[in-house]
Amino acid sequence: MKKILVTAIFMLVAAVFIRDSLVFAIDGEIRIHDPSTVIFCDGKYYTYGTGGTSLVSDDGWTWRRGVPLPRRGLAPDVIHIGDRYLLYIAANSGPTKADINLLTNKTLDPNSPDYKWEEGGVVASSDGIEDCNAIDPGVFLDPTTRRLWLTYGSYFGYIRLVELDPKTGKRLDPNEKPHNIAINSEASIMIYHDGWYYLLVTHGSCCRGADSGYNIRAGRAKNVTGPFIDNMGVDMIQGGGKLFVGSSGRVIGPGHFGLFDLGDGVQRFSLHYEADLDKGGASVLDIRPLQWKDGWPVAGENLRAGTYQVESLRTGTALELAVEGFPVGGRPVRRGPPPGGGPPGTGGGIFAGTGKPIPPQDVAEVSTKWPAGNIDVRMGNYLCQAQQRWTIEPVTSAADAANPANPANPANPANPASPGGSLGAPYFKITIAGTNRTLAATEGGELVALPAFTGGPEQLWRFDQLADGSWRIMPKAIPNAKAPLVLSAVGSSFATLAKFDPMSEKQRWLLKTP
Amino acid sequence: MNMHFKQIKFVAAIALSSLLLLAAASEVAAQTPPVTLTKPTSAEKASNPDGFIQRWLVLEPIAANGLTDSAVQSLIKKEYFPNQLTVIPRDGDELTVGGTELTWHAVDTVNYNVNLFHFARAQGKKTSDVLFWAVTVINCPREMRDVRLSIGSNAASVWWVNGTEVIGIYGDRQTVIDDGVSKRLTLNKGPNVVRAAIVNGGGATDFCARFLDAEDKPLKEITVSLGEVRAMPSPAKTRRQP
Repeated sequence: MKKILVTAIFMLVAAVFIRDSLVFAIDGEIRIHDPSTVIFCDGKYYTYGTGGTSLVSDDGWTWRRGVPLPRRGLAPDVIHIGDRYLLYIAANSGPTKADINLLTNKTLDPNSPDYKWEEGGVVASSDGIEDCNAIDPGVFLDPTTRRLWLTYGSYFGYIRLVELDPKTGKRLDPNEKPHNIAINSEASIMIYHDGWYYLLVTHGSCCRGADSGYNIRAGRAKNVTGPFIDNMGVDMIQGGGKLFVGSSGRVIGPGHFGLFDLGDGVQRFSLHYEADLDKGGASVLDIRPLQWKDGWPVAGENLRAGTYQVESLRTGTALELAVEGFPVGGRPVRRGPPPGGGPPGTGGGIFAGTGKPIPPQDVAEVSTKWPAGNIDVRMGNYLCQAQQRWTIEPVTSAADAANPANPANPANPANPASPGGSLGAPYFKITIAGTNRTLAATEGGELVALPAFTGGPEQLWRFDQLADGSWRIMPKAIPNAKAPLVLSAVGSSFATLAKFDPMSEKQRWLLKTP
Repeated sequence: MNMHFKQIKFVAAIALSSLLLLAAASEVAAQTPPVTLTKPTSAEKASNPDGFIQRWLVLEPIAANGLTDSAVQSLIKKEYFPNQLTVIPRDGDELTVGGTELTWHAVDTVNYNVNLFHFARAQGKKTSDVLFWAVTVINCPREMRDVRLSIGSNAASVWWVNGTEVIGIYGDRQTVIDDGVSKRLTLNKGPNVVRAAIVNGGGATDFCARFLDAEDKPLKEITVSLGEVRAMPSPAKTRRQP
């Protein structure tokens, strides 16, 4: 009996641990290798991979197989400029003999009458002799100059940079010698941030499943042509590169960085893992938050389900139900010395403590004093009390993996009953831990805690990690609202919904483990 | 070690005695001039550059105890005087609470906050374990939607705008600008009544209040007019609480 009890306790603890450890990667059909930068077109998200594969999503959370490209080459990349989508895709005709071809289209939506891929010719190549293998194109539009650039290359020699004509997508000057900017890497791509050009490349070995050493590294330069130097001062032309993201947890071999800028300082990046152990070791797409720290990009992690203290970065106070708090362990009382004696000179008194750990507050007990109906939400000093501990869990429907496009499938975002998601993340419900009290948006842009979660869009919350690692928290819908609003601190003791201001700390929240 | 502990106890005893003397002095304070408060001398007063309302009618303190949510809510639900949630008093109005005669005083503060410790001490009243009622009438040049009352108080306080309770902050706390903020509300064109009940436990006590616009910026277009202001009562007329 004792053994059974111990086993049961262990399983319970293990279940809690596993639940609290869940990181929610994207859902649906996400198998792909060498994905292009995720791109948005006419209400849908797209990415293309090696072999001509494509994935499409209505909300950025649930993905399905898309229409293949007419060229089935290696590791494409795509950008939208003017009225055209420019897609670059490579093909090897020898070990280091390769061409990068341009494809253009007015839309990425195969159902559009404008959907038609047009060949744009070769924009870069390697002849099999020179010290380069012209594959893995990465396209970059310099936001400061509007000049268009293409990086490419693989482990045979240099990563190279050539300039393209943004009007056509073709080489600006086919006779101009490419710039060598890095070595010993592939899947290169450039981004710009705060006065610096960052070159992100993938180091390590690919295509070996869970034995792949793929990892993404970065260097930065003041000029688009380099030199790209890492955090230790090593030039990427000599193999330098600061680690951006490597294998972790149960995902092995991250590679092929692609930036998706949501605006207002919210950025995400797409990538693939060579092997997701939870998906049978398949190569899969993921989309994660992009942070910046000390001038370097940092790979954020998608939100983990768990119980949190939700603290305002602006005020340092925590979101709570507007109910009278009760001190954890009871009101302070004068006590005698703790068993075994206290610290020298303390004896007993109100500072002596009980001499043993104080258990968490029993929400079932304290919540009996809370009103039965709706309760206002406010902020207060965090005191580890029941009304301040929020459980944040994803709201997902059971997916019909065999038929994800079925309109009746609750996992299909087109189904109004689907909770859906946003780019790289599901929607979450936010409840007081151990209760059904649910945070919801109200008409007029205020907040309330409902007695129970009923699945309404005003009860579904999107979490966007910001560049500093804090979170923007936004309801899926606000009754009769004309514009999206986000959770905002107004004053020290009150929370509301307000328009997002990327320059303010009012709408930045820290999720701390209580 | 024992010697050291005795020394600590001795110092603590001296400190405690001093504190008790100070506390006793504050409980029945001499009538010290309210250095941060003045008698209004104009018919109307604009909010200060940061939007703070600097003219109020404040009632001399009522003995009260408790700072928790339920204690404060219980205190404000008790009827101390007729129409306490609707009356717009005049400077010098007198009333009786629990057998004690109290007076409403019109005050201008020279700061962003109204120092209730100064106020009560100037009347020779208790400053600890007391409840203050404060009222003001703000004038808006037009209807203003989606504005918020924004306050700070030492300690707990409850606030009403045009008769509706809009803020409650509880516990032993210091005055912090924009500590308590109401939900969005609409101010009428013309007069609007702002009322507060501030409960102090011990020590300093004060409050500040302003309105924020839809962008959380201070409203600066409002003015305060409290009607006729009577002459400052002479110290001899000031009553002491029993």
